[in-house]
Amino acid sequence: MNGRAALAATLIAVALLVGSAAELQALRERVYPPPEETEASIYIRSGDAVRHLSGAYTALAADLYWIRTIQYYGGGARKNAQDDANTSFIPAPPAAIAALPDAFPLLYPMLDITTTLDPRFNIAYRFGAVFLAEPYPRGAGRPDLAIRLLEKGLAQRPDKWEYMEDIGFVHYWFVHDFREAARWFEKAAGTPGAPNWLRPLAATTLAQGGDRRSSRAMWEAIRQSAEVDWLRQSADRRLAQLQALDIIDVLQRRVDEYIARTGETPDWNALVHARSLPGVPLDPAGAPYELTRDGRVRLSRQSPLWPPPEEPTGAGRPGA
Amino acid sequence: MRVTAAIAVNVFRESVRDKVLYNLVLFALLLTAASYLIGQLTAGQDVKIIKDLGLSATSFFGLFIAIFIGIGLVSKEVERRSIYSLLAKPIRREQLILGKYGGLTLTLAVNVSVMAAAIYVVLAYMAWATPPNLRATWDAPALDPRLLEAVLLVFVELMLVTAVALFFSTFSSPLLSAAFTLAFYVVGHFSADLRNFQQVVDSPAAARVARGLYWVLPNLAQFDIKADVVHGVHVPAGYVAIAIGYATVYIAMLLAIAMLVFSRRDFK
Repeated sequence: MNGRAALAATLIAVALLVGSAAELQALRERVYPPPEETEASIYIRSGDAVRHLSGAYTALAADLYWIRTIQYYGGGARKNAQDDANTSFIPAPPAAIAALPDAFPLLYPMLDITTTLDPRFNIAYRFGAVFLAEPYPRGAGRPDLAIRLLEKGLAQRPDKWEYMEDIGFVHYWFVHDFREAARWFEKAAGTPGAPNWLRPLAATTLAQGGDRRSSRAMWEAIRQSAEVDWLRQSADRRLAQLQALDIIDVLQRRVDEYIARTGETPDWNALVHARSLPGVPLDPAGAPYELTRDGRVRLSRQSPLWPPPEEPTGAGRPGA
Repeated sequence: MRVTAAIAVNVFRESVRDKVLYNLVLFALLLTAASYLIGQLTAGQDVKIIKDLGLSATSFFGLFIAIFIGIGLVSKEVERRSIYSLLAKPIRREQLILGKYGGLTLTLAVNVSVMAAAIYVVLAYMAWATPPNLRATWDAPALDPRLLEAVLLVFVELMLVTAVALFFSTFSSPLLSAAFTLAFYVVGHFSADLRNFQQVVDSPAAARVARGLYWVLPNLAQFDIKADVVHGVHVPAGYVAIAIGYATVYIAMLLAIAMLVFSRRDFK
């Protein structure tokens, strides 16, 4: 056998052997199915311990923990959203599902390790806070941990007005403590290099915290200051949700008028026939609104805008 | 001097013949694959992670070369018995040590330079492929010249590790030399713990021993400024100069001991 033939024979043999190995693996998985994906875990929860173990490669270790955090959050959020969409509708107010005790239990430890390994990891603080503060199913529903993470970042970089703005945002949107939110916006506004829209935002929050108009102003501000597409998209989604709530208010008025006129609870077709609506109404994401049997208009669970934001009752509003 | 240079060039050629520089291909593949995959995984931190990965890989690959070639510089000549023909030539033993060290340093310099160039090429591509509004949010520009400070200190650290490996190579077997050098490397990155040992032990004597070790063992943690430069934090030139000065003195000390040990070694 000459050299070229030997090479070709070897390559063919290698290809056959690799193919056989893959086939045997597939056979084993068919006959003895591998266990379902197990719960994620982290063996070392101390950021300092990981920092010591990673020696001269702490920044790279931080990157790996960050990638793992993204995967953990992204995978979990997708699964939660799917589970949530598949369950039959149980009318529970968002506050009741906001703080599920086991929603993303490893999220804060992972973010804590990431930011201990690389204390200047800006995105880990900013994204991490959003992941932690967002209510279930899109997040851990832990605004307290989000604030703790941002305060850790602030201890490292006291000049970062963005972290102060984010703390104010968490107080505003997830804790509904508008006085505290306004205090943080004001503090951020006083930091060198802070944009000039922060001070008016602080004033608006203090005066009108919790109303939809001030929420819209805040999300517009966040959208403008977003450093990456993901944050910008998140702000866009929130703005679309606020628009959806405005539309629900209009639709609800039409439904209430119909009920007052006819004494019957309509469906969308009845409203279209009665010329109250030109067609089945769609939310800003393109999903049809739902009309319940008791005549309430709400977002569809299939809508990308679900769940709708919890509208503050004004409980934390100054003077309330 | 010419003799030393000739030995150094030979060590470099030997490492090329031994396909040591093939690691550059692996490095290039790693960076290229990472630059593609990381974009899918990291939510807008591609450039930071490519910088971290590039600098860490430069350090890691260099460490392997420094240790696993450094430990064989002398002991391989002894094992192959080529040391006899070398020493029969008009070469002083000190020149042999210096030449060997210079040769491996040259190999590392070529390696680190090519890796640094590869990092900049990947970063240039990423900067080109990123819209200006996103580029404006980066802590530091992609083609930040400050990265070279980190690369320089990685190289200086590798020079120091090479000197440690060569020092052990003059009197110990390759396996033990590798173990000792690796131990020095690990301890060198724990120097802050040695300095603050009194905070975790009650014994003043143990604390004094740890403090003594802190001053005697090489402090390698000072050469790690990778995280700072990646975030665009200014590293003063004075800091870099003192770190280089420290390494120079330490390397000179290790080479002096290595030359002394080697010059007294009996090869009969």
